[in-house]
Amino acid sequence: MIDFELSAGTKMTKKLFHQFVDSSFRPLSREFDEEEHKDPADLIHSIHELMKGGGMRGMGSMAGGGEEGAEKKEGKPKRPKEQNLMGVILAEELFWGDAGLALAMPGPGLGGAAVQATGTPEQKERIMKRFTGDVPAYGAMAITEPGCGSDTSAVSTTATLDKKTNEWILNGEKIFVTMGKRATETYDGFVVVWATVDRKAGRAGIKPFIVEKGTPGMKVTKLEHKMGIRASDTASMVFEDCRIPYNNILGTAEVAVDKEKTEGFKGVMKTFDATRPFVAAMAIGVARAAYDFVRETLDQEGIQIRYGAPINQLTVLEQDVLEMEVNMKAARLLLWRAAWMLDRGEKNNLEASMSKAKAGMVGTKVTQKAVEILGPLGYSRKLLVEKFMRDAKINDIFEGTGQIQLLVIARNILGYTRKELK
Amino acid sequence: MISFEPDDEQKMLRETLENFSTNVIRKAAHDCEEKGEVPEDLVKKGWELGLIMSNIPETCGGAGMKRSAVTGAIAVEALAWGDLSIAMHVLSPALVAYPILESGTEEQKQKYLPQFCSDAFKPATVALVEPRMFFDASQLTTKAVREGDEYVLNGDKCLVPLANKADLFLVFAATTQGIGLAGVDGFIIEKDTYGIEIKEKEKNMGLKALETFEVSLSDCHIPIANKLGGDEKGGTFLRFLNRSRVALAAAGTGMGRAALEYSLNYAKERVAFGEPIASRQAIAFMLAEMAIEVDATRLLAWEAAWKIDRSEDCSKEAYLAKKYAQDMVLMVADRSVQILGGHGYIREHPVEMYLRNGRGFTTFEGLLMV
Repeated sequence: MIDFELSAGTKMTKKLFHQFVDSSFRPLSREFDEEEHKDPADLIHSIHELMKGGGMRGMGSMAGGGEEGAEKKEGKPKRPKEQNLMGVILAEELFWGDAGLALAMPGPGLGGAAVQATGTPEQKERIMKRFTGDVPAYGAMAITEPGCGSDTSAVSTTATLDKKTNEWILNGEKIFVTMGKRATETYDGFVVVWATVDRKAGRAGIKPFIVEKGTPGMKVTKLEHKMGIRASDTASMVFEDCRIPYNNILGTAEVAVDKEKTEGFKGVMKTFDATRPFVAAMAIGVARAAYDFVRETLDQEGIQIRYGAPINQLTVLEQDVLEMEVNMKAARLLLWRAAWMLDRGEKNNLEASMSKAKAGMVGTKVTQKAVEILGPLGYSRKLLVEKFMRDAKINDIFEGTGQIQLLVIARNILGYTRKELK
Repeated sequence: MISFEPDDEQKMLRETLENFSTNVIRKAAHDCEEKGEVPEDLVKKGWELGLIMSNIPETCGGAGMKRSAVTGAIAVEALAWGDLSIAMHVLSPALVAYPILESGTEEQKQKYLPQFCSDAFKPATVALVEPRMFFDASQLTTKAVREGDEYVLNGDKCLVPLANKADLFLVFAATTQGIGLAGVDGFIIEKDTYGIEIKEKEKNMGLKALETFEVSLSDCHIPIANKLGGDEKGGTFLRFLNRSRVALAAAGTGMGRAALEYSLNYAKERVAFGEPIASRQAIAFMLAEMAIEVDATRLLAWEAAWKIDRSEDCSKEAYLAKKYAQDMVLMVADRSVQILGGHGYIREHPVEMYLRNGRGFTTFEGLLMV
């Protein structure tokens, strides 16, 4: 039966998350936005304590959903059937609080999502258990390179097998690695590196490799200076004769090494299918932060927004605010649909792309409109609204640009292959 | 618990109505549009679907099924996907039957609802919209003034579907000034009542198959027993408006989807510069965005409908759903014409009709009901 009611548990947890980020993220927002590479160590440690205790599970993680993960292994009951849905609802609250700080929180992250999507059961167990361990840990993913972003098949970082030592040797350069420094230097963690075992094999040659913190031959060369989400570290990394054990290739080694099969590349895509809803949640959370601020300000100014006026009688302000509101609602419902399908084990490629495309656009438009509506107040760094606009913009870009999403959607509804629609 | 899956009955209903749309409505749609009318046998077939009487209680001769706005939204979408004007024609009796069902006094229900349960199509219609630029449902210029045990109505209405054939009219007028929607009431008026005049058939940009009329109320005396809901003050019109806005959002979803599918299929067939135009990003991206917006509109309509079914106030949601739908249908319909290029401009294809119909949604109120 069609139903829009959230479970009582979800509602309560959502409220708790909201209160938590309102009281612990927001007071820090401006500081960690202005001082870009400062590490919110206290916050990170207190979040970790909460996670360790089983509270706030998955907080800060980009994709806790889709699999049961460590919790099941501990013998706890399987999560309720609304796991992904709850995940995106809670994620929206986290990002409403502060997008940069939310991304900076310890947890499986993108790297963990890749492990869940492509690892063997043994690998998942071994790699993921650190996230309930004694120290904060991060899972990062290194895929983008100076020469390839949207075209993930053009990855040129190589992985060569040294048969004598049974090690992979990684060589290459990665950029835009979220949590790259925290995962490999500042805290505990690993980075999943997408590299090719055979450039001539194209997509089929691309495989994921785990590189643990401290592995020689891996180096963070710089941290980017970004428009927004500044509390999240975005690293450039270089791999120079970086040697990792044979079993650090994610997935069954045989299948993974087979140059004919595109399992590895499909793994990349599968990872993104799982993380896409969370990126949509991020966009909606930041948009809502800006919208909430506009509504509060209008209330203080005594300005009313009428619901019900004919369109040719709305003030421009009412039109703008109502557009913001309904577009956020639309994006949220598309997102919930995508997450709900994941929870039912349904293929949700089309719906996930729809939700990410819409959310990215909405995040950008709503936050930009909010700054406009607030005039000089919106432009000032005394208030957080200008930061929400800067934070929101990345949602239209990372984890698959809005244009790539439209391409995915178009191919799906047309029934077209990559060759038929470039 | 969150779910976006219709139940089995809803799925069956949707399938039945989409078949009706494909096999009956769509085959007639072009001619109906060109001729400006819907043939009687199509109206009869639509009546035989039994949609309206299904929700009327058994005591009044109906099938007594529990009414659901969500189900209604699914039904309206499926028929509008066939053709908007024909859907509005076929469903016009609901405009009067459902408000009486929901808000009528016992006497009103007993008197009028059985009329919707016979084998013959019951022609009934609503008069709400007024022919002026700043028409606002919360500030109607049609007035109903209490005089003794009567109300006296004066005012002008437009976009009244099938007024020339209607036996029964539900006319909305402001009984109390200055309090917006709460001051509006519905009046059940039988045809040939003195003071209600059906003017000439309208010529509209779209909805050509629907046959709409201007209707004027001039010193029209109505017994108080015919005020919808009797003594109830202020709720009947809001409920009507919310349900009709949800219905319009659902209809927009149906017509939008029709426009999307038509242009999708065309784009795959039409070859230019050596390949189908669907292979070019300009076209493909338009289609992708159209698909997103059609789906988003449906979800907004469903959420508002779901709240209605839970008897929760959904004035905001219904208004926002319709607002979103009216923008969506214009965008989708306009793009569908654009994608068909020169051919989109020719009336042989339905897309230009979708655009002419689509532009009307910002003006339409009260033309459909869930």
